Order: sequence, then structure tokens, then C-alpha cells
Amino acid sequence: MTLVYFSWIRETIGKSEEEIILPLDVTTVSGLIAHLKSLGEEYQAALAKPELLKIAIDQEYAGPDNSIASASEIAIFPPVTGG
Amino acid sequence: MINIRVQSEAFNSAAEGENLRSGNLDIGATVAFTGYVRSEENSLTSMTLEHYPGMTEKQLDKIAAQAEERWPLDGLTIIHRYGKLLPGDPIVLVIAASRHRAHAFSAASFVMDFLKSEAPFWKKEDGKDGTKWIAAKDSDLNALKHWD
Repeated sequence: MTLVYFSWIRETIGKSEEEIILPLDVTTVSGLIAHLKSLGEEYQAALAKPELLKIAIDQEYAGPDNSIASASEIAIFPPVTGG
Repeated sequence: MINIRVQSEAFNSAAEGENLRSGNLDIGATVAFTGYVRSEENSLTSMTLEHYPGMTEKQLDKIAAQAEERWPLDGLTIIHRYGKLLPGDPIVLVIAASRHRAHAFSAASFVMDFLKSEAPFWKKEDGKDGTKWIAAKDSDLNALKHWD
């Protein structure tokens, strides 16, 4: 699975994308976030505030309870500020 | 006709309006909105827009399709820029065309409200006080409520 990061989340984690192999018990968006936080300080800092995280699974918005079982690309980014 | 572009180059609002009408003599109204980079009273030196290629276009397509479902439109153009922009530079253009003005006004406003909350763009400001990412505004989310 590919993870992609944008804006200050990308800068805080220190990369724009990465391939990841998840433990079998990580099956939802919230499980993914919890797992990433266990990977190091930079993830903890980037993902500390759930209200500042937007998630897209294969380029569609998703919520914390959504399954990531069939996802090929998951994006994590802050609330958008275009226009 | 729906015309959606995400690009780094500038756009020409007048030419885009003419393109959208392109000989359709039943169009009675076009409403064009252009958003520009503010200087914030000369404190901003530049703004950089990042986006999520692929998802951006998908979200804009979706918003345009919703606008077409709600109002009888004869055309809709959405152009959004990314990359480094300077104060006064145009960022976004929305043009809605319809037989009558009310539909064009409503559709252009609807597209901008949803674009601000759903299209994956992020603005970073460079200025006197250094560099900072712009935070999303609650007022932009609240703006969606009157379309329910």
C-alpha cells in the first residue's frame, strides 16, 4: 500500500510518500493512524490532532471507521485551503 | 460543456468566458468569479499552492456534476492554479453559463463554496513573518450549510 502526505503533514513526517506493509490487525483508517503513530516521533507530531487530519482512500474522502482492506493509495493531509 | 483545468500557468478570464459561450446563442448569462492572491497589506511576498494531482481533478469533476444537476447550466468552467504565486496573481476562475442569471449566480457561488472545502489544495504563505501554512476556516465549512 502507498501512503501519500501533503502540506505540513508531509513536511513534519519528512517524506511525500512511502510504501508500507501493515500488520494484519490494522484494517481501518483509525487503526492505520494509530499504527503510524507507533513508528516514531515525526509521525506522532504530524498525526497528533485527529481534527486536523483528512483521509482519502484511492482519492475519495474517507472517515475513521472506513476499511482500508482494498486500498492501494491512502492520502493523509490537513483540511484543505484552496480557492 | 464542462471545462476543468488544474494548471500552474495564468489564465485569461475574458478568453475563457468567450470559449465557454462558443457560439451558443441561447446563453443569456455568464457569471465569472476570479480569486486573487492578497498582499495582506504588503506583508505577503508570495504564496505557494500544493495540490493532490488526480484527486483534485476528481473532486472538481464531482462538484461540477453536482452544480449541473442542481441548475440548468449551458456551461461551466473551473480553472485552479498551483505553484508559486505573487500578490495580485489570479488563483481560481469559475464561470457558469445559463439561460437566466439566477442559475449562473447560484452555480458559481455553489462551486466556489464546495471547492474551498473539498478540493485538495493547500496554501503556504511566505512573508515578513516567515513561512506558514494557512489554516482552514470554519466559515468556509459553514458556507456549505446553506446549500443543504
